[in-house]
Amino acid sequence: MSVLLAFGCAVLFATGTWMLLQRRLSRILIGVGLMGHGANILLLTSGGEGGESPIIGTAPAADFSDPLPQALALTSIVITFGVTAFLLALGYRSWKITHDDVVEDDVEDRFIASRWSSDQIVEESREAEREQAADEDRL
Amino acid sequence: MTDSTRDEPDVQRADPRMLILDTSIKVLFPSILVLAVYFLFAGHNRPGGGFVGGLMVGAALALRYVSGGAEAVRTTFRLPAHVLLGTGLFIAAATAFVPLLFGESILEHGDIEFDLPVFHHVKVTSALPFDVGVAIVVIGLILMAFAAFGDERSDQPGAEDDGSDNQRAKLWVRR
Amino acid sequence: MNALIPLPVIVPLLGAALCVVAARARMVQRVISLAALTSNVVVSIILFIRVDDDGMAVTQAGGWKAPLGITLAVDRLAAVMLVVSSLMLLWVLVYAIGQGAEESRFAAFNPVYLVLAAGVSASFITGDLFNLFVAFEMMLVASYVLLTLGGRPGQVRSGMSYVVISLIASTFFITALALIYAATGTVNMAELAERTPELSSGVRTGFSLLLIAVFGVKAGLFPLFFWLPDSYPTAPGAITAVFAGLLTKVGVYAIIRSQTLLFPPDAQQGTLLLVVAGLTMVVGVLGAIAQDDLRRMLSFHIVSHIGYMIFGLALFTLAGIAGAVFYVVHHIVVKTALFLVVGLVEWHAGSDRLSRVGGIVRSAPMIAVLFAFPALSIAGLPPFSGFVGKFALVGAGIESSEWVIVAVSLLVSLLTIYVMVRIWSNVFWGEAEDAQVEARMESEAGRVPWVMSAATSVVVAMSLLLMVFAGPLYSFAERTAADLLKPEQYVETVLRGGS
Repeated sequence: MSVLLAFGCAVLFATGTWMLLQRRLSRILIGVGLMGHGANILLLTSGGEGGESPIIGTAPAADFSDPLPQALALTSIVITFGVTAFLLALGYRSWKITHDDVVEDDVEDRFIASRWSSDQIVEESREAEREQAADEDRL
Repeated sequence: MTDSTRDEPDVQRADPRMLILDTSIKVLFPSILVLAVYFLFAGHNRPGGGFVGGLMVGAALALRYVSGGAEAVRTTFRLPAHVLLGTGLFIAAATAFVPLLFGESILEHGDIEFDLPVFHHVKVTSALPFDVGVAIVVIGLILMAFAAFGDERSDQPGAEDDGSDNQRAKLWVRR
Repeated sequence: MNALIPLPVIVPLLGAALCVVAARARMVQRVISLAALTSNVVVSIILFIRVDDDGMAVTQAGGWKAPLGITLAVDRLAAVMLVVSSLMLLWVLVYAIGQGAEESRFAAFNPVYLVLAAGVSASFITGDLFNLFVAFEMMLVASYVLLTLGGRPGQVRSGMSYVVISLIASTFFITALALIYAATGTVNMAELAERTPELSSGVRTGFSLLLIAVFGVKAGLFPLFFWLPDSYPTAPGAITAVFAGLLTKVGVYAIIRSQTLLFPPDAQQGTLLLVVAGLTMVVGVLGAIAQDDLRRMLSFHIVSHIGYMIFGLALFTLAGIAGAVFYVVHHIVVKTALFLVVGLVEWHAGSDRLSRVGGIVRSAPMIAVLFAFPALSIAGLPPFSGFVGKFALVGAGIESSEWVIVAVSLLVSLLTIYVMVRIWSNVFWGEAEDAQVEARMESEAGRVPWVMSAATSVVVAMSLLLMVFAGPLYSFAERTAADLLKPEQYVETVLRGGS
C-alpha cells in the first residue's frame, strides 16, 4: 500500500513539475495543484503502515495507525486548497485584464535591459517568447 | 446593486427556470441544512465538525446558486457575508483566548454533561463554540466567493470595464 | 507570564475578526487595529524584559505536555524579533493611515494586515515545525492579499509569480515535514533536536539542505531570490515597507532557528551557507546598481543584506551569530525606515524613478534628512548601527579566518555606499528631469501629510536609538548567540521545564 502511495506521489510530483514549467497560467495552476496533492499524500504516508482507527478501547494500541500525519495532512490540504482558490481568483482577474493566460514578463526588467542593450535584442526575445507560447498551444 | 433585482431575482435571467431542479432544491435545501447542523454537533467524537458543517451549508448554497443565480444566494441570509465571517472568526479566536483568563493555557478545553428532556444525556465540550465559529467562517467565505465570482453578467470579458471588478466585489471597495 | 505568550497571535486575530465585522466603519477599524498592534508592542516588551532576566518562557497549547501538544516558546531570539516586528507593524500602520490610499479604499486592508501581524508573531513564538508551516501560511496568505490589493495589472502579474513561488516553497516545506516525521516521528522542534543525532549523517544533511532551500525562498537567498525584487515594489506603498522589513527576516529567523536548534554541528551547512551568503551579497548589490526605480533598487538591496545575516550564521561561532542577530534587528528597522522614506518621495514627487526625480533637498529638506540617516546606517558608515553590525560580522569572519567572505562583504559594503550615493545624487541633488514631477513638487499636492512624516520620523528615530544603544543591544545579541549555541537548554526547558 505504501509503495503504491509513494509511487503515486512520485507521479504527481513529476507531472506537477512538468506543468509548472509551461508558460500558460492555467497549466501552472494545475501543476501547483498536482504538486500540492503529491506533498499531502507524502505527508499521509509518513505515518507508516495503516492500521485500526486510533480510538482507545477499539483495538490494541499496537494496531493503531498513526493519527498525527492524518491531522497534519488535513491541515495542509485545507491550506493548499485555500491558496489554490486564491490563485484561481488571481488568474481570473489576470484573464479579465489581458484576455490571455500567458505569464507576462516583468516590464521593468525589460526596461532595465533595454537601457544596456539595443532595443532590437529585446524585441527579438519578445518575439521568440510569443512563438514559444504559440508552440505550446499547438502541443 | 439595485433594489428592483433584489425583489425579483428572475427578471435578469436569460434562460427559463427548470421546474424539476427548482422544486427538488426547495426540498433539498432545508434537509441539507439539517444534515449540516447534525455534522456540526456530532463532530466532537464522530466524523463531522465545524468545517464539514460549514462546507455542507456551502454545498446547499451552491445548489441555490444553480437554480436562482447569485441573487438567490445573496438573499439566503439576512446578515451580510462579512458580518458572518467576522463573527465566526471572533467566536473561534475567543474560544482559544478565554481559557487564558482563567489561568489555563491557550486552547484548553473542558466539558459539561447534563440531561435534557428530549435529548437525554448530553455532553457539551468547550470545543463546540470553536466549531460553530469555524462553521460560520466557512459559510461567510462561501457567500463572499459567490458574491465576488458568481455574477453571470461579469463572466464575459469586456462586459464591464476591464479595470474594475464586478459590482459584488465592490462591497469591499469604499466609495 | 506564560499566559502572555499566545497574546501576540490571539489579539491581532480577535482584532481582525472585529475589523471584518466593522467593514463599513473606517474609524472603528483603525481604532481596533491600532489598539491590537499597540497591545502587541506592550506584550512583546514585557516578554522581552522577562525572558532576558529569567530565561525562556514556554507554554503548551491545550495544556498537553510538550511532544504531544503544540509548544509555544519565547527565547531571547524570538523575544527580540517580536519586539522589533511589533514596533514596525504598528508604525507602518500609522503611516498607511496617514497615506490614506489603500488603507482607506479597501475595507480588507485592516483585517488582513492584522492577520499578517498574527502570522509573523506566530512564526517567532512557535516551537513546533508544523506549526511554523501554518504560521508561515497565515503570514503569506495575508501578504498575497495585501500585495494584490487593488488588482492593478502590474500587481496581478507580479502577485501571480509571488504566489506561485511561495506555493512551491510551501509544497517543499510539507515534503520536508513529511520526510522528517517519517524519519523521526515528531515535529516538535525540541524533541526533533534530541532525535536528529540518531539519524544517519546523510539523512541529516539532506533534511538540513531541504530546510535551507525552503526557508531560503522566503528569505531571498541566492539563487532563490529572483521573485523578490519583482514582486515587492508593486505592493501598495506602506505594505512594501512591511514586506521588505519583516517577511524576509522571518525566513532568516527560520534558518537561524532550524540550523542552530535542529541539527548537530556536523549537519550544519557552514561552508555552503558561506558560499550562498557571498553570492547573495554580490548579486543583490549588483542588481541594485542596475535599477532605475527606487523601490526595486532597495528591494535588490534587501537581497544583498540578507547575505550578511547568513554570513554571520554560517560561521557558527558566538561572535558570528551575535553579529547576525544584531544585523537582523538593525536591518528590520533601517530597511523599513528607508522604504517609508521612499513612500514620502513618491508622494512628494509623484514618481520614484531616479531618472525623473531630482532636487528634493531643496523642495523638501525634511525628506532628505529622513533619508540620510538610514541610508548612512545601511551603508555601514560609523557611528551608525549598520557600522556596528558590519564591524561585528567582519570581526567574526576574521576570527574564523574566512578571508574570502570578509573580502566580499567589504567590497559589497563599498558598492552599497555607491548605491546610496547614487540615490542621493539623483533624487535629492540636481534638478527634476521631468516637468510633471517638477510641477507636483512645487504644488500643494506634493506636500506630504504630517501623519506620514511623523510615522517615518519615529521609525528613523528608532534606527538612531539602535546606534545609541548599540552596546547593550550587542551584548544582548551575544547572550542570544550563547543560547543558540547551547540548544540543550532550549530542549530541556520545552520538554521538561515547561508548565
